[in-house]
Amino acid sequence: MSNYYESEDLKKFGDIGQNAKSLADDFFKYYGDVTGVDGALTKREKALIALAVAHAQKCPYCIDAYTTQCLETGSNPEQMMEAVHVAAVMQAGITLAHSVQMQNHLKQLVL
Amino acid sequence: MPAVQLKVVPLPSKYDFEVQLRRHCIDLPPLSIDTLQVNVTKLCNQVCRHCHVDASPARKEILSLDGVAKCLEILDRHPQITKLDITGGAPELHPGFDAFVERAVALGKHVVVRHNLTVQIDGNPQTGENKEYLPQFFARNRVEVISSLPYYQEYFTDAQRGSDAFKKSMEAMQRLNAAGYGIDGSGLVLNLVYNPVGPYLPPAQVGLEADYRRELKNRFGLMFNSLYTITNMPINRFKLHLDKSGQYEAYMEKLLAAFNPAAVEGVMCRGLISVGHDGRIYDCDFNQMLQLQATDAEGKPLSIFDFNFSKALKRRIRFDDHCLGCTAGSGSSCGGATA
Repeated sequence: MSNYYESEDLKKFGDIGQNAKSLADDFFKYYGDVTGVDGALTKREKALIALAVAHAQKCPYCIDAYTTQCLETGSNPEQMMEAVHVAAVMQAGITLAHSVQMQNHLKQLVL
Repeated sequence: MPAVQLKVVPLPSKYDFEVQLRRHCIDLPPLSIDTLQVNVTKLCNQVCRHCHVDASPARKEILSLDGVAKCLEILDRHPQITKLDITGGAPELHPGFDAFVERAVALGKHVVVRHNLTVQIDGNPQTGENKEYLPQFFARNRVEVISSLPYYQEYFTDAQRGSDAFKKSMEAMQRLNAAGYGIDGSGLVLNLVYNPVGPYLPPAQVGLEADYRRELKNRFGLMFNSLYTITNMPINRFKLHLDKSGQYEAYMEKLLAAFNPAAVEGVMCRGLISVGHDGRIYDCDFNQMLQLQATDAEGKPLSIFDFNFSKALKRRIRFDDHCLGCTAGSGSSCGGATA
């Protein structure tokens, strides 16, 4: 029986270079340059952003990885949960903002 | 048909520390013995989930008074050993603790006590002896105090050290501050130790120290000198937790993947020897808990009862899988990060 999203598969992320090594190398360099060092944002801030994105994109691998990364960069559960709320409220806001489109179209349709 | 003798050869460990050293062409002989670290008892008022000593209120092991006297004799005879680092368990629960500190100070040694804070409030779990005098006792003897505080909030602290540990720790820090510890200009040093509350590596020491300083001052008006980040060692109680939760392999893989050659040079075993409650000598407190006794060049086990400085300095440090904990990421030593 096969299953999607096995936690063991997280270790295979590095294998995305199979059949496209140079592209994967470029990606991992970019990934490391963005997330692996303090820049204009600290590694901690970047980890919290990544945690929020992981929830918004519903990626269990990323949620596991960035929960650990948040702890390893010094965040606490309150900060991590607040980051998830940012993701949640953005998604709710985006959904609601689209109601403007509905209203616009509604006005066109209703005589 | 003659019986065939089968020799059992253990499989090489996937996490062989010495393979990593060889791969990076690193040799790690002892450099000096400037610190005598003495684990005087496994008795403790707490039962921390990460404790590599397996310390608890039920433990009875203590260094004999003869052992204490021998340590003092070693300190007296060897000016090269400038520091006495007393640990446990909760070392203050050793019946000869106060005299040990006072006599080492009288010998001109710098004395460090690894003080868990809460023992001030809890006292001795076996005798009920009160330990509220400790801040004044430490201050009178100019002892350097190093205290574990896994986080500046209750959640992580109580998860690791038991319920109410955070509240008691804040109260104990207030008493230390009141005695002058951690206060600018007092010369009384209070350093804190961060340990992760699970199988992950510590955050960067400098950034976390700034967080601790800001939060402890703003929320509780508390002061300290430095924060040391220390990695959890995959042995004893912490290893049991890893095994039970199926996370041992993942944690070891993490330590192995994070092996940092730059963190190796400053590991603690190069400048100290660790003494157990039975007087045996080890390369560090972790080796002590694994019973990896240090030996001289001829293979004779080292002990305080026939101590020879030159032989101890020429020993070969014993390494095992757990040593990966000291060299992962920013490194980990008694004084925190090493890289």
